[in-house]
Amino acid sequence: MKPEDIKRSENKVYCKPELLNDTPMHYCPGCSHGVVHKLVSEVIKEMGAEHIAIGVAPVGCAVFAYSYIDIDWIEAAHGRAPAVATGAKRLNPSRLVFTYQGDGDLAAIGTAETIHAANRGENIAIIFINNAIYGMTGGQMAPTTLEGQVTATTPYGRRVDLNGYPLKISNLLAQLPGTCYVTRQAVHTPASVRKAKAAIRKAFENSLAGHGTSVVEIVSTCNSGWKMSPAKSNEWMVEHMFPEYPLGDLKNDTER
Amino acid sequence: MAKVIGAVEINHERCKGCDLCVVACPTDVLSLQPKEVNNRGYHYAYTANPEKCIGCASCALVCPDACIEVYRVVEK
Repeated sequence: MKPEDIKRSENKVYCKPELLNDTPMHYCPGCSHGVVHKLVSEVIKEMGAEHIAIGVAPVGCAVFAYSYIDIDWIEAAHGRAPAVATGAKRLNPSRLVFTYQGDGDLAAIGTAETIHAANRGENIAIIFINNAIYGMTGGQMAPTTLEGQVTATTPYGRRVDLNGYPLKISNLLAQLPGTCYVTRQAVHTPASVRKAKAAIRKAFENSLAGHGTSVVEIVSTCNSGWKMSPAKSNEWMVEHMFPEYPLGDLKNDTER
Repeated sequence: MAKVIGAVEINHERCKGCDLCVVACPTDVLSLQPKEVNNRGYHYAYTANPEKCIGCASCALVCPDACIEVYRVVEK
């Protein structure tokens, strides 16, 4: 069978999600953000929620998410996405409201907003991209940076006596009674991409059902910030990030 | 036994040559162009061994830029 005979619409098993538009993404080659954008678009389309979805993207690499996914977006100040999402969800309770934040945003400047939104049990979904570094500003140390990890501001590696320990913010959020679903996923292999998609779908369903705050942490790579090739940074992530940030559900308490 | 044949279509202009699809492919179908570049200067991915494709969509799932379309037929 020739490739031309196979490439027919009835044989198509995978294509670019409809909600993801043709604008080329500004992310570096191999960035995990692209995969997560794809998953968000697919999940919203599958739920038929493209007309009721509101995304809140604060400052970070994902600040231009509104250019790529064709749903309603709100830009928030750095770290303030959960606060803005709180307002959006309280005024429009029937909408699917989610935030899309990085680790510098959610775990550093927006710690207060994140923890208080989760503690109030706001019916929002939080997608948290954890790449252990400030990617957008040039690879500086973030609270989630691993011990000994070399970054632009810790050229000899992060020292715990000077900079403290890596902040496992999802574990903190899982302790709060306001959260209903806290999970940690990755998108480095086809299997993990499928699992991450299921987790995002569940978080969005929780938001619509009003179970409380859902947090989906995606352990991801920042190959530019880590100064590695995309394939090498996936290996580095498996070797170094996963022992510190093990994958799996931290809390699954949706029967309330 | 039914044989599964696949084919992939790569949007070369959208591709950034990150190499993740090449690593993810279980049957070595894909490769990066060694010399050719697209309009944005990236060594884009292409199907070096199209006859080996099984249509598993592993490449498309891990592609951060959603450049890959996957087709699959089951030959009886």
